[in-house]
Formats: sequence, structure tokens, C-alpha cells
Amino acid sequence: MDIIIYGIINSVALAIMALGFALVYGISRVPNFAHGSIYVLAGFITWSFLRTLGFPYFWSVIITMLIVGVIGALLYRFILIRVRGMAISEIIASYAVGLAILEGLRWGGFRGMSYTLPVFAEGSVIIGGVPVDFQRIIMVFAGVGIFIGLYIFTHYTRIGLALRGMAQDERAALMLGIDSDLMAVVSMILGAMLAGLAGILLLPLGNIVVEAGYNVLILAIAVCIVGGLGSWAGAVLAAFLIGFAQILTVVYLGSHYQMVVALLAIILTLILKPSGLFGMQKQLEERV
Amino acid sequence: MSSTHRRKERIDRGIKVRTDGLYALMSWRELSYLTVPRLVLILGILALPIVMPGMYWQKVITIVCIYAMLAIGFDFLAHYVGLVSLGGAFFIGTGGYIAAILNSSYGLPPLLTIPIATILGAAICTLLLLPCLPLRGVYFAIVTLMYPLVLARIIEALDVLGGTDGIMGVDSFASSWVEQYLAVTMVLIFLFGLRRLVNTDIGLVFRAVKDNDQAVRASGMNISYYKAVAVFIASAMGCLAGACLVHIYMWAGISLFALDFSIIPIAATVIGGGGTIVGPVLGCLILVPISELLREFGTLRIVFYSLILVGFIVFRSEGIMVFGERKYHQFQRWVRV
Repeated sequence: MDIIIYGIINSVALAIMALGFALVYGISRVPNFAHGSIYVLAGFITWSFLRTLGFPYFWSVIITMLIVGVIGALLYRFILIRVRGMAISEIIASYAVGLAILEGLRWGGFRGMSYTLPVFAEGSVIIGGVPVDFQRIIMVFAGVGIFIGLYIFTHYTRIGLALRGMAQDERAALMLGIDSDLMAVVSMILGAMLAGLAGILLLPLGNIVVEAGYNVLILAIAVCIVGGLGSWAGAVLAAFLIGFAQILTVVYLGSHYQMVVALLAIILTLILKPSGLFGMQKQLEERV
Repeated sequence: MSSTHRRKERIDRGIKVRTDGLYALMSWRELSYLTVPRLVLILGILALPIVMPGMYWQKVITIVCIYAMLAIGFDFLAHYVGLVSLGGAFFIGTGGYIAAILNSSYGLPPLLTIPIATILGAAICTLLLLPCLPLRGVYFAIVTLMYPLVLARIIEALDVLGGTDGIMGVDSFASSWVEQYLAVTMVLIFLFGLRRLVNTDIGLVFRAVKDNDQAVRASGMNISYYKAVAVFIASAMGCLAGACLVHIYMWAGISLFALDFSIIPIAATVIGGGGTIVGPVLGCLILVPISELLREFGTLRIVFYSLILVGFIVFRSEGIMVFGERKYHQFQRWVRV
């Protein structure tokens, strides 16, 4: 029973981490290697507002989301837009920005055990004989809420439809009067805010450490590759696959192997079905 | 439109055109036009260990060469085969650990451990990277980024290969001159060897893989095979660098998988000029000493590299070497449009 419950919780956490990366890659084809650092940065910004400046929790979360969104927009507008389409430069530039943020945080003294965000609500309930604390339950519901919200946003609003148009065929979208750079900025803002939201939802479960940035990046990429790069449904399904695989290895082998699961998942996917679970239409494009 | 619009026109220097063919042998001036830049580089690099004052800076020269080998490999993979490797640390770590194990557990001398670590390490790296070679796109970058992080985590968690303490008591080189000149000559060999290689037939195929893989496939050539060969070459250089590093530090540990080994070669390539093979060496000669001077700033150095990297890639993506070559071979003048 605890495997099922913690498997679901872990899977939802993975899906939340991966969603931002999948969104940005799906829409603007920019692999955002700064994803993990935005996740950690959001945690530290919230911490600073909460602890140093003494804002209430709710408002520090809102302000953090805005700041992170602006960072995403600036990142695209001033750096990625200039190298768009050049795969080598895109990867190097976004990776370098991510490194700069993470190592800057580390240099700025944000390390050690003293940085924790409080949980949203204290206490726990017992589900099917397994105690689960409220924070994890809130996280699962928030995750489901984010999925539903994103689904509604991308299917029933003008901007959302424009984003999907971009994702499917950028040239056709341009012909229909969709500003591709503007949409890419929007997707970066959304992606950065999703990364930030993931940080705010997941970081209260432990300490805020800089290393989490690399882990989150790896896990997000693993989920996206297994699900098929750019496919959102695939990402959710892959999150469940990897999430349960991780919990099973933790139970039967030990927690050291969690990262190995992610790496193995990527390698196996690349060997068996390179386009991922739901990457059918892109198979020709990506397989040489 | 007014006639005051001007633009810059670039024209090859006469001497460049003359020296392209056999006429290069006609006069000392033209001969030196071709050979002086190369000789300056070779003699300059060979003289570096002698002119450097003190042990400390001689050590720095060796480290420069280690990074230069990695950077040459990165440049080769990225600009001639189209594979972006974000994991120089992966190559360093593999080569380094193999050399350390061979030396401390089996007692082999550095003369044997370094070649074995180079070949074996390159084979292992190629094998581990094989799954992402048949694919286009960002997969190679992602997988190379992951390996060093995951391997460091595995060694730490499972406490194998010395765990967090690392493998101590690895033999050092016979003397510091051997150490320096080994590194320096290896850099020169790789540098000129690769410059030759990319102009041979297989180099042509590599570039074709980067530019138009479908055409390569249509010619009946196996893309994965050629990519694997290229990865083998680049990772052999990285593993050699790692093996030398282990023997210099007399220690192998998790820090072999540190981010420095991944980011400095990339920064050096971008600054020095991608696609020239010489550029990365120049970039390392600039970046690594600066990095030594900034040692007290700790991880801020990585921030510094990353920002330089972003700046160069966004505003000056050609790099020093390409700029220098242009100035050397061409002159500019304003022409009226």
C-alpha cells in the first residue's frame, strides 16, 4: 500500500518538475537547461522574502512567481532569442545561465541545512494505513490542478491555442499571424513559472540545496525523454513510470539508486524507442 | 537613397592568394607568411615550461594543457561532427579512475597506465554514449551532462572506488619536466593531428554528418559508426588528460567529475573560436591562468566563466582565432553602396 501511495506522490512530483521543461521544449524547441536552477532560485527567493523581509507566505509565493516569470522572459528576450535555431549555442547558452545562477547561489552563501521553507499546513492523515502529511497531499492536488489548468489554458484561450499552433507547425502559425517570438517569450514565462511553482511546492519537503538544481534538471529531462520530447501526455505517463520505478528501487534496493533509475530510463528509451512513449509523429525527424 | 551609405568590404590579401598554391615556395616572405604563425605557436607552447617562473606556474601550464586537450576534443565534436558534449568531466573521470586503479591496485607504472587508461577509457566512454549516437538533436548533450553527475553520485553512495576519500597514493611522474613536456607535446600532437584528420576523407564524412546526415546515409555510410569513431577520438583525448591529471595530483577522487572540467573547455572553445581547433588552446591559455588567479573566489569562478560564455556566444560568437585569422588573411576597406 505505501508503495502505491508514495509512488503516486513521487510521480506527481516528477510530473510537476518536468512540466515546465516539456512545455518550453514543446513550444519553442529550446532545451531550457536553466530549468533546474530556476527551480532552486524560486526556493531561495521565497525563503528570502519570507525570512529576511518578513512577508507573509502567500505573498512571498506570489512575488516569487512574478520574479521567476520575469527572469524567464529576460532569459529568452536577451539571450536565447539571439541564438535560436543554432542547437549548439542554444544548449551552451541556457546551460551556462543555469550554471551561473546555481553556482552564484552557492557562492552567495546559500548552502547548508539552514534553508527550509515551512510546509503549507502541519499534520498528516492516514490513507489506507499509511500516514501521509498534508504537504504531500496538497502537492498532489496542486499538481492535478496545474494539469487541468494547463489543459484548459491550452485548449480554450487564444494565447493557449496560439502556443499549441506554434508547437505543431511554427511556419503555419506565423502565416496565421501568430508572433512566434512573443509566443516563445510566453512559453518561457510559463515554463519558468512552472519550474518556480514546482520548487515552491516540493522544496518544503526538505532542505533547499543547490545540488537539487542538477537533480531536478536530470529528472525533468529523463521524464521528457521517456515520454517523448515535447509531448505533454507522454511526460505525465513517463512521470508515473519513473516515479513508481524509483519508489520500487528505494523499497527493494536502497535510496542510492534513485538517480541510476533516471539514467537507465533514458538509456533504455534511447535504445528501444528513441522518440519516447508519445513521440510518434517526430520519429522520422529525430532518428537519423 | 543617398549615396553616403557605406559598407565594409573584405578582400583577401595578395600574399594569401599567392601562398595558396605552389607559389608559396617562391620567396622567403611567402614561406614565412605560412610558417611563422605555426612556428610561433609551437615554439611558444614548447617554451612555456622553461620561461615560467617557479613551480606553481609550471604546474599551471600542465593544467592548461589538460584543459586544452579537453577543449580540443570538445571543439572537434561540436564543430566537426555536430555533437555537443556537456560532460568533459565524464572523460576526465573515466580516464583518471582507470589510471588510478591500474597504478594503485596493480602497480603498473605511469608509462603503462596512461596508454591503457586512454584506450580503455575511450572504449568505455564510447560504449556508454553509444545509445544516443543514432539520434539527432539534444540527446547527446543531455546524456553527457548526466553521466558525470550520476557517476559521482554512485561512487559517493556505494562507497566503491575509494568513495568520498578517493584513491590515494598514485605514483607521480619521474620529474616535473617529464610531466610538463608530456602534456605539452600531447597537446601539440592532438592539435596538428586533428587539423590533418578533419581534412582527410574521414574528416569530410564527419563534417557531412554534421551538415547533412541524410546525404551521408544516402551514400551508404553508417552514421552511428562515424559518430562513434569521433566520440572515441575525443574521449581518448579526455581520458588521456584525466590519466595525466591523476598522476600529477597523485590522487583520484570525485572531484574528477567536477563541473570545471565540463565548463572551462566549452568557455575556452567559444572564446578562442570554435571550429578552428587552435582556438580552444588559445582560450585555455587565457582562461586557466585567470582561473588560477581567481582561486580564492571559489565557485564564483564558474559564474564568471558562464557569464563570459553567454556574453561571447551572444555578442561575439566567432571567437579570437577566427577574428585573428580574418585580420591576418584579409584587409578591409569602406566602399560606397
